[in-house]
Amino acid sequence: MLQKSIRFFDVTSRWIKFFLIAIVCFLNSSEAKTIRVGANYKFQTIQSALSFAVNGDSILVSKGLYSEGTIIIDKSIALIGESLPVISGDNKYEIMKIVSDNVIVRGFEFRDAGINFIYENSAIKLDGVANCRIEKNVFFNNFFGIYLSRSVSCTITDNEITAFQTKETYSGNGIHLWQCGDMIIKRNKIKGHRDGIYFEFVKRSSIKDNLSENNLRYGLHFMFSDSCSYAHNYFTNNGAGVAVMFTKNVDMHSNHFKNNWGGSAYGLLLKDISDSRIYNNIFSKNSCAIYLEGCNRISTERNDFIENGWALRLMANSMDNVFTKNNFAGNTFDVTTNSTRNYNLFESNYWSEYKGYDLNKDGIGDVPYRPVKLFSFISEKIRPSLILIRSLFVDIINLAENIFPTLTPEGLIDRKPMMKKIQ
Amino acid sequence: MIEIRDLSKKFGSIDALNNISLNIRKGTITYLVGPNASGKSTLIKSILGLVKPTSGLITIDKEVLNGNYLYRAKIGYMPQVANFPENLTVKEILNMIKSLRDGIITYDEELISQFKLEKEFDKRLKNLSGGTKQKVNAVIAFLFCSEILILDEPTAGLDPVSSSILKDKIIGENKKGKTVIFTSHILSELEELAEDVIFLLEGEIRFTGTINNLISSTNKHNLERAIASIMNGN
Amino acid sequence: MAINVNILAKIIRYQIHDISRSFWLFIYTLFFLLASYGLITFSSDAPKVLISLMNITLIIIPLVSIIFGTIYLYNNKDYIILMLSQPIKRSTLYFGLYLGLVIPLILSFLIGIIIPIVFSKIDLGEHFDVLIFLFIAGIFQTVIFVSIAFWISSVYENRMLGLGLSIFSWLSFSVLYDGFLLIMIHYFQDYPLEKILIGFSLFNPIDLARILLILKLDIAALMGYTGAVFQKFFNTNLGIIISILSLIIWTVVPLILGKRRFAKKDF
Repeated sequence: MLQKSIRFFDVTSRWIKFFLIAIVCFLNSSEAKTIRVGANYKFQTIQSALSFAVNGDSILVSKGLYSEGTIIIDKSIALIGESLPVISGDNKYEIMKIVSDNVIVRGFEFRDAGINFIYENSAIKLDGVANCRIEKNVFFNNFFGIYLSRSVSCTITDNEITAFQTKETYSGNGIHLWQCGDMIIKRNKIKGHRDGIYFEFVKRSSIKDNLSENNLRYGLHFMFSDSCSYAHNYFTNNGAGVAVMFTKNVDMHSNHFKNNWGGSAYGLLLKDISDSRIYNNIFSKNSCAIYLEGCNRISTERNDFIENGWALRLMANSMDNVFTKNNFAGNTFDVTTNSTRNYNLFESNYWSEYKGYDLNKDGIGDVPYRPVKLFSFISEKIRPSLILIRSLFVDIINLAENIFPTLTPEGLIDRKPMMKKIQ
Repeated sequence: MIEIRDLSKKFGSIDALNNISLNIRKGTITYLVGPNASGKSTLIKSILGLVKPTSGLITIDKEVLNGNYLYRAKIGYMPQVANFPENLTVKEILNMIKSLRDGIITYDEELISQFKLEKEFDKRLKNLSGGTKQKVNAVIAFLFCSEILILDEPTAGLDPVSSSILKDKIIGENKKGKTVIFTSHILSELEELAEDVIFLLEGEIRFTGTINNLISSTNKHNLERAIASIMNGN
Repeated sequence: MAINVNILAKIIRYQIHDISRSFWLFIYTLFFLLASYGLITFSSDAPKVLISLMNITLIIIPLVSIIFGTIYLYNNKDYIILMLSQPIKRSTLYFGLYLGLVIPLILSFLIGIIIPIVFSKIDLGEHFDVLIFLFIAGIFQTVIFVSIAFWISSVYENRMLGLGLSIFSWLSFSVLYDGFLLIMIHYFQDYPLEKILIGFSLFNPIDLARILLILKLDIAALMGYTGAVFQKFFNTNLGIIISILSLIIWTVVPLILGKRRFAKKDF
C-alpha cells in the first residue's frame, strides 16, 4: 500500500523524490520489525532471517554456533548478537559480505574465515557501501578481519580482532581499508594479523584509541591516504612497527609506539610524507623511533623519544622538517643522517646526552648541542661498522668529533637545547 | 763438595764470569771477596741455578747442575736483599717456606729466639724495618739445617748485636760440619771466620787459597792490605 | 715438565693470602661494588645495567689485570729469587704466582658484581644467561691479560719499558685494533665484509667478548644484516667452540711463552 502511494506521488522533480525517500525511510523504520534467530525460533539460520527481512528490520541472533558459508547482507538491516553468538567460516569461507548501506553488525564472534589469496576472505567484507557500523564484535582466527573497499562514512568501533598465523604470507590484515572516505576506526584491539590496520587510498578518516599489537608486519600500514589522522593509539610489539607512506597532510598525535624491535622494525617509518604533523607521541624502545625518507615540511613537536636504538634516522632527501620541544632520553643514537648537509631545523629539544651548562639560568643550554655523533654518522653510511658499537674506540672518536666537528653535518645542531625535560 | 770447572757467564757482551775453576771443600768456611760488579753474585747465583752459565760445569756432591732443582734442598741461602710478599706476616712467611720442603721433622729455629723475632711474628712484612727483614732472611737460610750455607752480604743492614749473633751461628754450624760460603764487597767483621778466601776481580779469580797464604804471598800483615795490594796489580 | 701440584697449591694459597690483603685489591673490589650498585640503583632495566657492566668489564678488567700483573712480577723480584733458591721448579713458581694473582682478581670482580645484584633483587629474567656470560667474559679478560702481563715482565727486565708495553698492548686491544677495523671497513665497504669481520673479531679477546655479549642483547638488532650474519655464526656450536677456543689460545699462548722465558732467564 505504501508502495502504491509512492507511485502515486511519482513526479519528476528530483527534490520531491528525495523528500519522499526520506519519508519512506522514516515510515519504514517506524514500522520496522524485529526478527529473532536461534534454535528455539522459527528462523534457525541468519540466512533465512535475512531473506525474510526488509530494509530497516532488526535481526536478533541468540547465542549459538552459526555456520552458514558466506552470509550476504544486501538490505539495510541491523544484525545484533545476544550473548556473543558465533558465526564460523569453517576455515573455508568468507563469513559475511555487506553490500548494502546502513547496515549495523554488533555483538558477534566471527571465527575461522578461511585463507583465500584471490578473494582475500574476510570475517566481514564491506564493498561499496555507506553509513555502516561494525561494533563490539570479536574476531577470532580469521584470514582478514574487517575489510572495507570503495565505501564511505562507516564506523568500526570496539571490536577485538585476533589472529594466530605465524607466517606473514598466510596472514591477512585486521582492519583493511581500500579506497574509502570519511571513516572512523575507534577503540578496536587488533592482534596477530599481518597488518593491524591497513589504509590505502583512504581520505578524511580518523583512527583513534585503537590498540594494535603483536602483528606480524605493521601495526598500522598507511599509504596514499591524505588528510587522515590517527591519534591516541597504541602500537606495540609489531614486527615492523608503523609505516606511513606517500601521503600528504596527516595528523599523527598522542600515540604510543612501543617495543617495535628488530633488524627492520620502525616505531614509525615515514616515506614520502609532506605537510604533516607529529605531536605528543611517545616512542619508547623501538629499534628506530622515526625513520624519515623523502619527507618534507613535517613538524615534529613535543614527542618523547625514550630508549630507542635510533630516535631519528633522517635521510638526505628530507627537507624543511622541524623538530622542536621533543624529549630525547636514553637512546643509543639520538639522530643519524647520511647527509653531510642539513636542511632541517632542530630547536629547543631536550637531550639527555647534553652535557652543556646554563649560566644565565633561563633553562636553555648556553652551548649548542650536536645530536649526530660521529659513530652514528659513520654507521649510517657503512652499516658493518656497527660491530664496533660499545667499543672504547667509539667513545674516543665521538669525543674527538664533538670537540672538532669535521665529518658530521655542520648545520644539524640544536642551538637552544633545553636543560630539563619538557613536560 | 762444590766443584766449578771453566765457568763463564756473559750478560750481553759483558763477561760477568770468565773461565772460573775452583773447589770448595766440605766443612770449610769460604770468604768470597771482590769489589762491586766483580762477579760474586753471579757466581753464587750460578751455584743456586738462578743464573744459567754460558759455559762450564758446576758439580755439587758429584751432581752436575743442568736445570735440576732438587739439589737446592742441600742449600740454605740468604740473599743480599730480603723482600717478601708484603701482606704476609712473619709467621706466615716462615710457614710457607717450611711447607715447600717435605719430610723435614726438625727445623733450626735457634735464631728466632736469639733475634727476639717472636714479638714480630704477627706483623706484616711491609711493616718491618730493613734490619728485621734481614733477620727473617737469616732465619730462613738456617731453617732447614742445610749442608751448604750461602750467605750474600749477610751482615749488611744488621745491628752489631745481631751481627755477632749471626757470626756465632755461622761458627756453630761450621763446627757441625756445614760448608759455608759468604760474600762481601767490603772487608767485614766476618773475615776472621774464614779459612779459605776467593778473591774475584772483573769476573776472574785473582787469588784462591787460605787467608794465611794470601797474606804471606803478598808480604803484607793483614787481609785488607793483601787485597789492596792485589787490586793495585802486584 | 711435571709440576708438583702440592707445592703449586701451597704457593697459590700464600699468594692469595698476600694479595687478598692488598689495598689495591680492596679498591678493585670496591670499584666493582660501587659501579654495579650505582648502575642498578640508577636503572632497573636489566639490559641497560648489563650493557653498562659490560662496558666497565671490558675496559677496566683488561687494564687493571695487565698493569697489576706487570707490576706484580717486577715488585716481587727479590721474593722470586728467594723462592727460586728453594728446591722448587721455576715453572711451578711461575704458575703459582700466576694463579695466585688471577684467582683473587677474579673473585673480587665476581663479588663486586654479584653482591649488589643479589641485594637489589633486580629482575634479570630472561637476561640471566647474559649475566653468566658477563662473568665468563670477565674471567677470561682477567686470565688473558694477566697472562700477557707476565709474559711482558718476564721478557723485559726494565720495568718502565715493561709497564709501557703493557699499557700499549691494552691500548692496542681496546682502541687501536678497532680503529684499524674501522679503516678497513671504510676502504672495503663495497665488499661483503661480514665473514672477514668475524675472523678479525676472533683475534682480539676484548672485541670478541664485546660482540658475543652484544649479540645476546637486544641492541644486536641495530646491527641489521651484519648482526644477523654474526648471530648466525656465533649461535652455532661451531661458532661457540671457535670463540671459546680463541679465548683459551689467548690465555695459554702468552702464558706458555712467558713461562718459557721465565724458566730460562737469569735472576
